[in-house]
Amino acid sequence: MNIAKPNSYRSGPDERGHFGIFGGRFVAETLMPLILDLEQAYTAAKADPAFQAEMNGYLKNYVGRPSPLYFAERLTEHLGGAKIYLKREELNHTGSHKVNNVLGQIMLARRMGKKRIIAETGAGQHGVATATLCARFGLQCVVYMGAVDVERQQPNVIRMEMLGAKVMPVQSGTRTLKDAMNEALRDWVTNVHNTFYCIGTVAGPHPYPTLVRDFQSIIGNETKAQMQEIEGRLPDSLVACIGGGSNAMGLFHPFLDDPSVEIFGVEAAGHGLTQLHAASIAGGRPGVLHGNRTYLLMDADGQIQDAHSISAGLDYPGIGPEHSWLHEVGRVNYLSATDDEALAAFQLLSKLEGIIPALEPAHAIAKVMELAPKRPRDHLMVVNLSGRGDKDVPQVGDILRGKSK
Amino acid sequence: MTTRIDTRFAELKSQGRAAFVTYVMAGDPDPATSLEIVKALPKSGADVIELGIPFTDPMADGPSIQAAGLRALKVGMTLKKTLELVRSFRKDDNVTPLVLMGYYNPIYIYGVDKFLADAKTSGVDGLIIVDLPPEEDDELCIPALKAGLNFIRLATPTTDEKRLPAVLANTSGFVYYVSIAGITGAAAADANAVGEAVARIKRHTGLPICVGFGIRTPEAARAIAEKADGSVVGTALVDALKNSLDAEGRATAKTVNAVAELTAALAQGVKGAQQAAE
Repeated sequence: MNIAKPNSYRSGPDERGHFGIFGGRFVAETLMPLILDLEQAYTAAKADPAFQAEMNGYLKNYVGRPSPLYFAERLTEHLGGAKIYLKREELNHTGSHKVNNVLGQIMLARRMGKKRIIAETGAGQHGVATATLCARFGLQCVVYMGAVDVERQQPNVIRMEMLGAKVMPVQSGTRTLKDAMNEALRDWVTNVHNTFYCIGTVAGPHPYPTLVRDFQSIIGNETKAQMQEIEGRLPDSLVACIGGGSNAMGLFHPFLDDPSVEIFGVEAAGHGLTQLHAASIAGGRPGVLHGNRTYLLMDADGQIQDAHSISAGLDYPGIGPEHSWLHEVGRVNYLSATDDEALAAFQLLSKLEGIIPALEPAHAIAKVMELAPKRPRDHLMVVNLSGRGDKDVPQVGDILRGKSK
Repeated sequence: MTTRIDTRFAELKSQGRAAFVTYVMAGDPDPATSLEIVKALPKSGADVIELGIPFTDPMADGPSIQAAGLRALKVGMTLKKTLELVRSFRKDDNVTPLVLMGYYNPIYIYGVDKFLADAKTSGVDGLIIVDLPPEEDDELCIPALKAGLNFIRLATPTTDEKRLPAVLANTSGFVYYVSIAGITGAAAADANAVGEAVARIKRHTGLPICVGFGIRTPEAARAIAEKADGSVVGTALVDALKNSLDAEGRATAKTVNAVAELTAALAQGVKGAQQAAE
């Protein structure tokens, strides 16, 4: 396929929500009026200085932003190449980057007068962030979570319940993130009059991929300013893990038009790309699911296939549509890391830096372990440490004990 | 261009009665039994057949139709085999309108142009694609109309006056009014509210209005048929099918009859309706 290079990589989507052929609004008619309302409300909020000012207040004093850009000295020494910086999103309130987006969407929901919030969650990080802000603003919160994920991410289930949210285990399909999203969409269709659907990633029908990206872009904007302050220049490369791709898009988007910056997204290769995995770009092709056209894992009949990743947050057979476009225009390099590589990176970062990462960004660290040694010592590499690993401690502990036997 | 759908609604109008529209899932519980069920529907009083295209992620369907799709997929049903089923059905029945209902991805992956050509030659008359609102008409709706297939749009309680003209613009065959905001098989529709909604839509279109979602019994089908040009029943038929299966989910000697008997009872309900004078 021959794809024209755009003048800017940051101008999308078009007015119909398309990034090239990707994106769009593939939803049932029942939801269409609401999606148009949301788009209108978001456009109005963006133009309202009071909205931004209120959000900035919460970002500073409730979320704890800006998150530090930290020089990982021992990891750098160990790998013997690029100078590695960690963008410390795991230090945010609730323990991941998810809160940046949830805060924005909850404030939009309040502007729209919606009192009931629903969300889907995989690892539970988005669910926890949503439950947290619903508690803070006194809103009813229902979180859909695949029954498999409820099992493997118990600490987050307990947190959500403590925050007053109702966690609904989803028993349909593969009982993971994709099914949680189906069930959330079914709830939304049924309760459309009073419910706001707080989507956790840069996917779904337009305008979600755009508004989630915008709320997450604070990651990249801060990184740009912080790197300027520390090193006096732009970074040379960016690395982030990708399930739906919101932490990656948040880091990447402000740098897309800086051609000197190499950008790497890391998908979950599960047991390996020839076996069960969750790498939609490496192993999928364009299709339509959950409101947008994007790269999906599917069979020859267009049936969606089961994804697999050790990390519940990456265990999704699709990816945000803007990533699909950035792949096709060649601006971002999409790589993948296996379960075993992520586990090794999880342990390495814990031992060298005293930072236990979530299994999701452990995939990004795994590729840093390959990329950094091949680059010179003055190369500045930024990794988005999108979440902390507390939630994964029981699961990883079980795996490591099992292995050491 | 006149399709079997147009012809059937014109006939029913001259008879002064509403249509009985039935939904079953293609390939449920297996392709051979499914074909027998589809063949039995018109014989039991169905005026229009909606045939579900199985899909792994049916976002607007309740548990019954989700399970029906998974049963069909488990025995290897595909979109290609769905079209073969229609082709087999057409060998014996060249008059009953048949509409494929489902989600866009299997069609997109099959290839839109190839799908439309194959659907037309198989004997499909129309399409209801849940996740293609008017905003995405370029994808399939416009090509389908050009290929001589009806594109039947869903109108819902959230489709307001401002939006109705856009929803109806490229709709043909009939309009499917979704009587409740919700998924298939959910709460029952209130006949009076449905009557008001049908009247509202009729101010914008001369197309027949069929009403579905939440209709399970002959009485309910009749009440809706008094307010609209057709009653659609899906989940109740799918449930009757499921209840006839053995413990492993396979067809039994009772399966085809279970669907046919409920179809006949529902058809009696629809035919007993006193249509409001137009």
